[in-house]
Amino acid sequence: MNTRKHLLGLEGMSAEEITRLLDTAESFKEVSERPVKKVPALRGMTIANLFFEPSTRTRISFELAEKRLSADSVNFTVGGSSVSKGETLRDTAENIQAMKVDMIVIRHSAAGAPHFLAGLLEASVVNAGDGAHEHPTQGLLDMFTLRERWGNFDERKVVIVGDVAHSRVARSNIHGLVAMGVEVVVCGPPTLIPMNIERLGVGVESDLRKALDGADAVNVLRIQKERQAAGLFPSIDEYARVWGVSADALKHAKPDCVVMHPGPMNRGIEIAQDVADGERSVILDQVTNGVAVRMAVLYLCSGGAAIESEEEQTTTEAKTTKGKQVA
Amino acid sequence: MSEIVYKSTLLDRDAIRRAVKRIAHEIVERNGGVDGLVVVGIRRRGVPLAERIAQYIEQIEGRAIPVGALDITLYRDDFQVVTKQPHVGKTEIKEDITDKIVILVDDVLYTGRTIRAALDELIDFGRPKRIQLAVLIDRGHREFPIKADYVGKNVPTSETELVEVHLDEIDETDEVLLAEKQP
Repeated sequence: MNTRKHLLGLEGMSAEEITRLLDTAESFKEVSERPVKKVPALRGMTIANLFFEPSTRTRISFELAEKRLSADSVNFTVGGSSVSKGETLRDTAENIQAMKVDMIVIRHSAAGAPHFLAGLLEASVVNAGDGAHEHPTQGLLDMFTLRERWGNFDERKVVIVGDVAHSRVARSNIHGLVAMGVEVVVCGPPTLIPMNIERLGVGVESDLRKALDGADAVNVLRIQKERQAAGLFPSIDEYARVWGVSADALKHAKPDCVVMHPGPMNRGIEIAQDVADGERSVILDQVTNGVAVRMAVLYLCSGGAAIESEEEQTTTEAKTTKGKQVA
Repeated sequence: MSEIVYKSTLLDRDAIRRAVKRIAHEIVERNGGVDGLVVVGIRRRGVPLAERIAQYIEQIEGRAIPVGALDITLYRDDFQVVTKQPHVGKTEIKEDITDKIVILVDDVLYTGRTIRAALDELIDFGRPKRIQLAVLIDRGHREFPIKADYVGKNVPTSETELVEVHLDEIDETDEVLLAEKQP
């Protein structure tokens, strides 16, 4: 049986576990639509949100997920904290754990920071983005949004376009989608596509229109303007013209091709205004689903709990091992 | 893993049908009709029972009544106790239950802890005028002050015994079995 205490990345996660996570998230989505948007599942648990990098969407999404599960949460941001006085990650984390925190949600600019804490602390660790490594809850919410549209992942093609080299969103999406058997093609300026990325099981195509041929979904990555200053692409205008996802470029994709963006968007650069607000855009659905997916992740990681299927739960064995029948 | 030995059949297909039908009649009688009635089943096997009760009530009174489903996993009091985490199902209550008479339906009434959780969850959806409880089997051993309003069959059991309800919609057969855990 799968047991999961931490969620550090989607790399190596089985299709079965991803499916169970997405199924659980589906049940949690309904909670956010109730008049009382709160269930007592994590009552008495304390969760610390350690955001060493600025974030609006992800931090608020995690916070809402925690509150809707009745957990108590505390927020930590770098500005005005002991980190600005030179405290190390290890000391910060150990101090927070000494105050008896059950779970830690961490975003850090260094890849592997969540793994470091997971090996060090008693608490469960959930990765909310580490450097250019992974952003597993974003990967899961993207997949949740796609599955909601499609029903399953059979015979689908997803194009990830933009700064793949610096994108943790891209990496989590690649690991998750490839595990589910989806055809993934990455697209962008060759300077922003990592060498040997094919080894992750994806195709590479630098021409956006060719990449979009027959695509069922396109995930548009945020382009960071400082990459241009670093000389990785010639100009913002050129980027928008060649790799910006426009209505014209989308003509090459399937008519019902879904458009995603992890936010925050640079409208008119990596994504055209009319595409971002268009019929095929599921960008706000992604945000809605993010809360449900994070609720499921926090719930399943809490208390060293196991992910179990409905069938297993209702067998007599399961009931008897609990020592009592659920009346 | 301990072995399960089946001892007897408590209810067969016909007996289940008669019991559920009688409960439907009792619900209509006690509430003087079907005005404001909502039937809510507790996952998993309370849901098909709730649907059957609603069907019988419709046959009796000629009016359809709303049916909902409640998954109490997130309201359990043993979340930190059990090491295996149960599957989280969906709660579906589309009807506004404020000022309604909610008939809560489950298959087996035992400790009462599930019902406690269900009551907590229900009142997060509104303020019903009244909540009544209907169960197919009441097997005793209550740990909470909870009593059913409608009972298919009362079965005195020992704590080592198990009551297994099988319903067509989930198990492809209609029967209630009494089993015993062998040490």
